[in-house]
Amino acid sequence: MSKLCQKLKRNEFVITAELFPPKGTDIGNLMRRAEMIGPLVDGINVTDNQRASMRLGSIAVCRLLHEKGFPPILQMTCRDRNRIALQSDLLSAAVLGIENILVLSGDHPNIGEYKEAKGVYDIDPVQLLTAARMLEAGVDLAGKKLKGSPSFCLGAVVNPTAMPLELQILMMEKKVKAGAEFFQTQTIFDVARYRQFHDRVRGFGVRVLPGVTLLKSMEFVKFLSSLPGVTIPETVVKRIAGAADPLEEGIRICAETIRELRTFADGVHIMAIGMEEHIPRILAAANNS
Amino acid sequence: MGQGGLKTSRENDDGVKMIITVAKPFSELLKNLERHHSVFIVGCAACATKCQTGGDEAVKRMIGELQTAGKDVRGSVVLDTPCDMRIVKRDLGRSVEAGGADALVILACGAGVQAIEKVLDHKLLYPALDPVFIGTTERIGIYHGYCGACGECLLDKTGGICPISRCAKGLVNGPCGGVVDGKCEADSTRDCAWVLIFNKLEKLGGEKTILRELIKPRSRAKRHILSKTDRERGHP
Repeated sequence: MSKLCQKLKRNEFVITAELFPPKGTDIGNLMRRAEMIGPLVDGINVTDNQRASMRLGSIAVCRLLHEKGFPPILQMTCRDRNRIALQSDLLSAAVLGIENILVLSGDHPNIGEYKEAKGVYDIDPVQLLTAARMLEAGVDLAGKKLKGSPSFCLGAVVNPTAMPLELQILMMEKKVKAGAEFFQTQTIFDVARYRQFHDRVRGFGVRVLPGVTLLKSMEFVKFLSSLPGVTIPETVVKRIAGAADPLEEGIRICAETIRELRTFADGVHIMAIGMEEHIPRILAAANNS
Repeated sequence: MGQGGLKTSRENDDGVKMIITVAKPFSELLKNLERHHSVFIVGCAACATKCQTGGDEAVKRMIGELQTAGKDVRGSVVLDTPCDMRIVKRDLGRSVEAGGADALVILACGAGVQAIEKVLDHKLLYPALDPVFIGTTERIGIYHGYCGACGECLLDKTGGICPISRCAKGLVNGPCGGVVDGKCEADSTRDCAWVLIFNKLEKLGGEKTILRELIKPRSRAKRHILSKTDRERGHP
């Protein structure tokens, strides 16, 4: 069982962060950031061609992190591979020592760099979770027996800010039924509102790590607001807009959010989006005050 | 042009469903026809007429444009249903042979072009239209790609709203997290199919079974087999 999985099962506050593979083969910057945050977090998500752009592969980067002793969380989207390739990659991940998997549908090609590409979506996240659990049981989606079966810690995503919330919750329940053990959420800024969601899904028996994002500038606030499923409250926007040093204010907001989450949530998932070098300061600030 | 039973039945179907086509850019068609001097034009009295891309008017326009471009137009016909090989055999074969054109320019969907290919396999065929989807007609010019002809209809479970064609990701187990104010992450002008389905099921008051049960991966095999059978038997 992966360390992340053990910590989730012990009901401890779990901290995960996220790294983007580079566009190209230069992994210097990526590995420097991994060194900075690796010792401070329980898992590092490695995104899978995020925002439907073409990047270095997630499995390769996860293996590099694993070799350094940092626990990777392999993000797998249903956008670029059919059920044959997805199951095959689950087996590949397993033999490379990658146990933590986060299943997503994947940003649609239409919002990325490859608008003309075919979005595969042969199977969906619920079916991919089912497939992973079947592989663990020694059989694939075609019902064929495996020689040697993998073991995973399976996660999925939920958006607590999408409406109607009831629909998102039904989806979450389905993912639990299909085998998800933990959830990471779309970025949240309104902790009180998140708490309502947290109380609502507490009975599902899974751990939920709400996403937090470092707001570094007003430009970034605008960019983030344009992403699918992200809502930033006016009070937060005003704090960044009125700050002499927006990055410092962003770090403060992020640390305050984590501090509040520590009082009731299962953990936190930090999406610093290119500003991972500030994660140590965010965590220090969240712990100190 | 024949006035067979098929046309009548299509008229009864008026406004329900059809293959939506758009004209290829004329420059692209001309480039394709570079090596050919004489052409014969085939139109479609069914779907392409309703889309105004392949009926009498469109064929007339095409004749004019090709003549202006220096082509020798040897003849034209608008077939009732060019996707029906029986109609193609009855109404096209003789007129094409008589015209003796180098190539056929076809103002129909791919089903039409390929029915003509099956009947006249020694002729060079040039489609003048791009088929885009099976359309539900709201009114002329307003078509919705609501049916994906997937071979596994789910509409009984979804309140009559198709997630395969109307969800950008074709998700069958429920929505992704990308919905913003009821709109799709891939296209903010498009309603999220799963929000529509959820609201419809709420309104109907029944069990939201599709949102509670684990829906298995769709079978693409059924569709492959059906189209194979079509080819072998000549009809479904």
